[in-house]
Amino acid sequence: MSDRRLGRREFLASGAAVAGTAIAGCTGGSGGSDDTITIGVLEDRSGNFALVGDPKHKATLLAIEEINEAGGIDGREIEVFDPDPQSDNQRYQELTRRAINEEEVDVLWAGYSSATREAIRPIIDREDQLYFYTTQYEGGVCDQNVFAVGPTARQQLGSVLPYLVEEYGTDIYTIAADYNFGQLSADWVKVLANENGANVVGEEFIPLSNSQFGSTINRIQEADPDFVMSMLVGANHTSFYEQKASAGLEVPIGTSTAMAQGYEHRRLDPPAMENIYAGVNYMEEVPTTRNTEDGGFVDRYFEMWPDAPYLNEEAETNYFSVYMYKEAVEQAGTTDQEEVKTALESGISYPAPEAPEGEEISLDPETHHVDHHMWVLRADGEHNVEAVDDRVIPETFLTETVGCDLTAEDEETQYTPQDFFEEAG
Amino acid sequence: MVNGLNLLFQFLDSFAFIVLAAAGLAIIFGIMGVINLAHGEFIMVGAYATTLANVRVGLPLPVAMLAGVAVSMVFGLLVERLIISGAVPNALSRRALGRDVIDPLYDRLADSMVATWGLSLIMIQGVRITFGNSLDQIGTPLGEIAYGGFSYSTYRVLLAGVAVGVLVLAYYVFTRTDYGMRARATIQNESTAKALGVDTERTYMTTFAFGSGLAGLTGALYAPTITMVPSLGGSFLVEAFVAVVVGGPSVVLGTALAGGLLGSINALFSNLVGTFFGRIALLVTAIVMLRFLPEGITGYVERLRERRREGA
Repeated sequence: MSDRRLGRREFLASGAAVAGTAIAGCTGGSGGSDDTITIGVLEDRSGNFALVGDPKHKATLLAIEEINEAGGIDGREIEVFDPDPQSDNQRYQELTRRAINEEEVDVLWAGYSSATREAIRPIIDREDQLYFYTTQYEGGVCDQNVFAVGPTARQQLGSVLPYLVEEYGTDIYTIAADYNFGQLSADWVKVLANENGANVVGEEFIPLSNSQFGSTINRIQEADPDFVMSMLVGANHTSFYEQKASAGLEVPIGTSTAMAQGYEHRRLDPPAMENIYAGVNYMEEVPTTRNTEDGGFVDRYFEMWPDAPYLNEEAETNYFSVYMYKEAVEQAGTTDQEEVKTALESGISYPAPEAPEGEEISLDPETHHVDHHMWVLRADGEHNVEAVDDRVIPETFLTETVGCDLTAEDEETQYTPQDFFEEAG
Repeated sequence: MVNGLNLLFQFLDSFAFIVLAAAGLAIIFGIMGVINLAHGEFIMVGAYATTLANVRVGLPLPVAMLAGVAVSMVFGLLVERLIISGAVPNALSRRALGRDVIDPLYDRLADSMVATWGLSLIMIQGVRITFGNSLDQIGTPLGEIAYGGFSYSTYRVLLAGVAVGVLVLAYYVFTRTDYGMRARATIQNESTAKALGVDTERTYMTTFAFGSGLAGLTGALYAPTITMVPSLGGSFLVEAFVAVVVGGPSVVLGTALAGGLLGSINALFSNLVGTFFGRIALLVTAIVMLRFLPEGITGYVERLRERRREGA
């Protein structure tokens, strides 16, 4: 009995020693020192979102390596803190706290899904941590600490929906994932349909765990729309495209989620993705010079990651936002987060791969969102992707409808379309 | 607006999915008392082996499917020898330490759950590390059946026929073959069976491989219809466990009845209200069944029979 107690005490003592060295390691580490900059990168490399999160991680490291090779930011080398959050929101919260409190990161990139962003945003806001959220999302986040630089649902759907109304007709059927992103995106379809003289003839929300689409396909056939808007999300939902093809459903489909993120046109057997139109700011196939030329973005990415399967939409967003951060730090002359935020609010722009030669995309000071160059890309029967339409679509929901101005007022809110549009209710 | 053909095809589709998802699980659970939480991953092994054999090796789809079944059977055999019965580690430890280190997991429900859950995590991450986040997918063969503005995938309707075939096969194997007799004897009373000369250890091994092979068959059959990601097995789990719970102790009859009941409920609600309510209806049915028929459909039938026998 006494032996055992002694053992326990020894165990405690050794535990304390380990904890002590861990803390010592941290304070002795690079944390907040002057000669390096620490960037936190929390992107999923395993779990549910690994397929789409892994390219984000890789593209961030590409930008960082390029910057370091060119002499760093203001001569300071970038160090990376990048554990794998494993698509687990609880782990995200732990790692976010660790990144801020122990690693003392100067800036943080984190998270694939909106659920993840909302899980860590309270921690970000409590610590006033400078944070880049880079996934395309439902829109509406007006938060002084958050730079949501991916395209919003209004930008993405606003590129593809008007094009399809013009091409195919006015009857729209919506299928969307049954959580905040899908629900809010479906609301945006209604708002945009209204603005473009179209109408939504039916909608269905699909639980994320569902992978069988027999009844959904029948339902679409019964409604007989001119085109379908699909905001399905995740690996289970990807099965929809193969199943609708094998059921002979040939209606054109507009989407903000398929192809650009999970490269279904490369993974599925043709012609499952035929006549699917993606409204996105970036895909590997976007035909800009910066993207496709020798030594362009695509070349550089696959040179660093020869085994990577695809360069997806969010990877580009991570890439250019690291460069926007660099520009802001150089402008501010410091990594002090409040001063960098002010610099980011000074009208930063960058020649991102999504923008054609001679054009830059700009970060909107008032809303912390980006006025993206949006593309409509269509897959044909052999799954070749071609651009059928492109234009700059500014973020208008926060600027015009909500009136969010983070340069004048500090806010930490997410606005939804129901608050402002009758048809979204 | 109920379209009869839609409803029929959706029923066949759901029936096939539920029966095929549950078949392997029902055998491994019903006969060996092992709650196999890695069941989904056994399905994944079959699906991955089929896809790799078809896309990378270039075998024609039916041959690739047989390869998928074979691979998952061998895999099941390995799992049984190494983890479930612990025969291989025990043989090694007997030589090194002179004693066994592993108690077989048969009829240890909670322990088998933890062990197979761990196995499923290792398998998902192992496949992710080996083959990446996804595989290129096989297209669904056979085209569609079109009927007045609607259409349904021929392949998925045919799966209902395959599901019935699997049930018939399992029934035949367990009631008409020597192996089936030995297997049932082993379940009913292991020590008596052993005393009568049945090699129970071998029976367990064969049965586990048979169950794994059926899970692999499910994976092989659904490989051309679902996305090839390491976690694909998860989408079969809910249906599989609900069907086993609802079906009750009789493996073949229980799975068939559960497939019929749950398939029609799921098809009806999916058709009338939507996919989401189809799933809710499935789970509500499971709750109601657990409350009122805790032994499942076949357990209830068995009890009725006993009561009648006592009455007579």
